[in-house]
Amino acid sequence: MYPRPIPEDAKIKRGLYVGGVTLVVALWLLPLIAVMLTSIRSNEELMAGNYWGWPQKFSLIENYTAVFEQTAMLRFFLNSLLITIPSVIGVLILSTLTGFVLSRYPFRGSNLIFALFVGGNFLPAQVMMIPVRDLMVRLGLYDTVYALIVFHIAFQTGFATLFMRNFIAALPGELFQAARAEGASPFQVLRHVVVPLVRPALAALAILTFTFIWNDYFWAIVLTQSDAVKPVTAGLNNLRGEWTSAWNIVSAATIFVALPPVVMFFLMQKHFISGLTMGAVKG
Amino acid sequence: MPRFWRRHRHWLTPALFLLPGLILFSLVILAASVETVWISLHEWDGIGAKTWVGLANYAELAEDPQFYVSLKNNVIWLLIFMLAPPIGLALALIVNQQIRGMRILKSLFFVPLVLATVTVGVVFGWVYDPTFGLLQLIFGLFGATAPALLSDENFATFAVAAAALWPQIAFCMVLFLAGLNNLDEDLIGAGRVDGARGWRMLRHVVLPQLSQVGFIAIAVTVIGALRSFDMVAVMTTGGPYGSSTVLAYQMYEESIFSYRFGYGAAIATVLFVIMSAFIAWYLHGLIKAERSNA
Repeated sequence: MYPRPIPEDAKIKRGLYVGGVTLVVALWLLPLIAVMLTSIRSNEELMAGNYWGWPQKFSLIENYTAVFEQTAMLRFFLNSLLITIPSVIGVLILSTLTGFVLSRYPFRGSNLIFALFVGGNFLPAQVMMIPVRDLMVRLGLYDTVYALIVFHIAFQTGFATLFMRNFIAALPGELFQAARAEGASPFQVLRHVVVPLVRPALAALAILTFTFIWNDYFWAIVLTQSDAVKPVTAGLNNLRGEWTSAWNIVSAATIFVALPPVVMFFLMQKHFISGLTMGAVKG
Repeated sequence: MPRFWRRHRHWLTPALFLLPGLILFSLVILAASVETVWISLHEWDGIGAKTWVGLANYAELAEDPQFYVSLKNNVIWLLIFMLAPPIGLALALIVNQQIRGMRILKSLFFVPLVLATVTVGVVFGWVYDPTFGLLQLIFGLFGATAPALLSDENFATFAVAAAALWPQIAFCMVLFLAGLNNLDEDLIGAGRVDGARGWRMLRHVVLPQLSQVGFIAIAVTVIGALRSFDMVAVMTTGGPYGSSTVLAYQMYEESIFSYRFGYGAAIATVLFVIMSAFIAWYLHGLIKAERSNA
């Protein structure tokens, strides 16, 4: 291991080390901590200019209730769920299929198709913005959640195919040979061999794509307009423009937006990290 | 039909499995990207008919001072983002200890990575706030006044890119931690026997083993810098006076706000060409690494 591990019996040194790292983390997250503190500050305190001190009075309930009752954040939050969940499910299904075929049924051109999935996934969003927007307008999907769902499924399928193809390719080949020797059809192989084995990969992929899609801002502002459809990211930025001086309300809304991915991350951390590194490292 | 199916299902089923994803991806992502190049050869307001103008949009772009501002800012982003891999490595080295409580600290370091860029933009908008921001608080300790970074033409891009660095560092940290977990223990042991310690160990034994992860961290960071859009849109909307635009943002502005879709497409195409060069370099490096591993 590098750096050299601090020995188990050096209790004091270990304690000091953890203390030091805790300090670094506190500095690292200071901007976020400040926003969290502001989100529970009362209006009076903000008026009095207490922006960074410890809050004297906690207005947690008031501020968050204000976000739910006086702003459209709850609507945006619901929109985000309506967009993100079907998109994730769609990506998981499509990429299991493409990954399975590209890893287990090599044919002429299959490497080229794989390269297209991988390369396309690195393209900056702006490169496809105009035609995608135009396509959604012509399909009558512009400014509906379906525009975002269709786009996100299409785009994330690139990354997800890379991910699933590598995962399925790493499964033991004997399983597939045995299944084929017994005369299993491709569908049966998928159903009885692939699906039960790819669950960990699907979990990692689900948490990753959930985060990517939930956090998307660009497509939210390109493909939607009305409050009835807008996801939280676009909603938050609008809110910031409308509530310029009510920092506590905007802070509360910010925390509200950040909550689902952060909670998911802490619940499924191992999957998230392994997914991220595998996606980037295994290329 | 059933007989046809039975005879051909060994390839028909896989083809049917592949097609939905492939068609959707080709149509929405790949064809759209190519279509952008086609649109860039036209004058188009986004609704009416397209008028063929050949390379006129590119000729205009070559004369457009705003284009050079964006290009210059993309370079600034790139340079600032290059801080992410070394800082990420440093943080990874700091937390790579097995002590109780370290795991939760590690996860806390990763938090910026899961925040939406909008969230990061809002958070740093306040850090930079000239009256009540964290920056002013720090400057105030020394009796100084913090500059209003986001409304200063000279500082805006640096301030926005520095804010975007936050999640990028966390990303690099994740990658380097994975790399540190795969170090060859024998080599480290041999290094220790030879008396290599600290900096020399890092330089001569550890870093060479991290070269692949380091390459990926750099490549991902370059691509991230070129893609930058959200933070600019949220923190400065390209201002003040268009001084903090990047190619991605200028493209969005020309299309959505000025209805100059042809011109926007030309900017997107330039971005596309720059990105393709980097993507090709990245994929080439990965394939080379995979071959040498096999």
